[in-house]
Amino acid sequence: MTTFWVLVRAGFRRHSTYRLALLAGMTTNSVFGFIRASILLAALSSANASIGGYDKPTTIAFVWWGQALLGTVNLWGFAEVKDRVRSGDIAVDFLRPINPQFAYLAGDLGRAGINLLGRGIPALLLGALLFEIAWPPSTTSWVVGAVSVVLAVVVAFSGNFVINLLAFWLVEIRGITLLWMITGGLLCGLYLPVPWFPDWLRTIAQWSPFPSMLQNPIDILAGRVVGADIASAVAVQVFWAVLLLLLGQVVLRAGRRRLEVQGG
Amino acid sequence: MADSRASLSQRLRPYRVLLASRARAQMQYRASFVTDILGTVGVGLAEFAEVWVIFHNVQFLGGLDFTAALLVFALSNLSFSLADMFVGHLDQLPVYIRAGQVDAFYVRPLPLLTQLMTSELSMRRIGRLSVAVVALVVALSTGAVAWSPAKVLLIVLTVVSGSAIFAALFTAAGGLQFFLVDGSEFTNAFTYGGQYAAQQSQQVFPGPLRIFWTFVVPTAFVAYVPAVAILDLPGDRLAPQWLAWCTPLAALLAWGIAGLCWRLGTRHYQGAGG
Repeated sequence: MTTFWVLVRAGFRRHSTYRLALLAGMTTNSVFGFIRASILLAALSSANASIGGYDKPTTIAFVWWGQALLGTVNLWGFAEVKDRVRSGDIAVDFLRPINPQFAYLAGDLGRAGINLLGRGIPALLLGALLFEIAWPPSTTSWVVGAVSVVLAVVVAFSGNFVINLLAFWLVEIRGITLLWMITGGLLCGLYLPVPWFPDWLRTIAQWSPFPSMLQNPIDILAGRVVGADIASAVAVQVFWAVLLLLLGQVVLRAGRRRLEVQGG
Repeated sequence: MADSRASLSQRLRPYRVLLASRARAQMQYRASFVTDILGTVGVGLAEFAEVWVIFHNVQFLGGLDFTAALLVFALSNLSFSLADMFVGHLDQLPVYIRAGQVDAFYVRPLPLLTQLMTSELSMRRIGRLSVAVVALVVALSTGAVAWSPAKVLLIVLTVVSGSAIFAALFTAAGGLQFFLVDGSEFTNAFTYGGQYAAQQSQQVFPGPLRIFWTFVVPTAFVAYVPAVAILDLPGDRLAPQWLAWCTPLAALLAWGIAGLCWRLGTRHYQGAGG
């Protein structure tokens, strides 16, 4: 467990080196936040009522928490593991005394931490300064919301990890990565809240792991989901986190048996 | 006269050869090319889904009904994917700069910018382009367009100027990359952010933001302003119908700024050393 924490801190420090990149990310997230907030507020004015349980302050919370968590949760995936599988460097990871999945998860949690502090929170504060935002309605919402954010990072990581491991069997996984990114981007609740979807699309989203990566923590933090519903929102996330982590272990083992590394 | 034309075509020949070779190269791996095209179709459809889901909940957004919003979506996506296809890879400039590859471009006997522009032709963007074309056809045929030669001219003018505006944004971003390097994501705010803003009814934006997207980063001219004229909508103070004809002026302005950014950037560049 101490190794895990050391790796988390290493991930945090590794990504905190690029201060200018954090500032740049925050700026871009904020510009998109302004645009998205304008669109959704216009839609609410046009509907003259709340849509899917979102009124104006909770919609603003949806937009800015979404922008804040965008850099935190690794929605767009990563290529590091895929590249290492392809080059054979993954063999080195197998030799280390910690399971590769845990090692990469630790690194990703560290990355998430610095991105939340350096890029997400400033964007959120800017949004809160310029718009009327709904803050989490209770201490429970704050605390469980924070847990939910961590779970979202884990779900997004473990899903992407499985996708990366497919490189053991496929020469080029770009098509699959793209498909994952596009479906994920749409269904996770980044562009629009999942409750705004027409029924059939919402059903598809709810059976997928994607809302667990963004919509669920946002719902808790924006105060759209309160009381007992908070528990079920988190339970769904735990389910996907455990399932995808286990799947990752199975695929990793199968890949390890398949791996052939040349040279001495 | 004939002479000068021959020399022009001769001068453009290297670029033609370069572009043709890039296009051929991408089609060598057939399966990967098809996957990439399907991928950009997917991106286009996801962008469309966003518009569609909003109109599932409301009838009007920013004074536009679904058909009008579809026209704005189509025009902006068409221009953006054209610009993206030809110059979108200027995005990769920070990678080239860090790897010292820009120096390699400098020793070749063609201008840096045109070399970079022709260093790649992203054929896969055809996927997103085709989504935009279908949306444009649907929007123009279902919308109430009082057709006239002027309208046809306006549409052509809009697509040409709109692509030029986005290409200018990519070029300006490229010029700034020489200063930013690690902070390359800054420019995404007005390239990809500009594209996102362009595909909205500008009436959704509060005043200062609207002025920004009209006069500073002129992406309002890419789709919304022309759409007001094409559909004979009333428009408003910041988007009267006659403004649609100023789209080429906006493109010129954007290119003026882009040229300036590019000059500043390349003058600042000292080489990768070693």
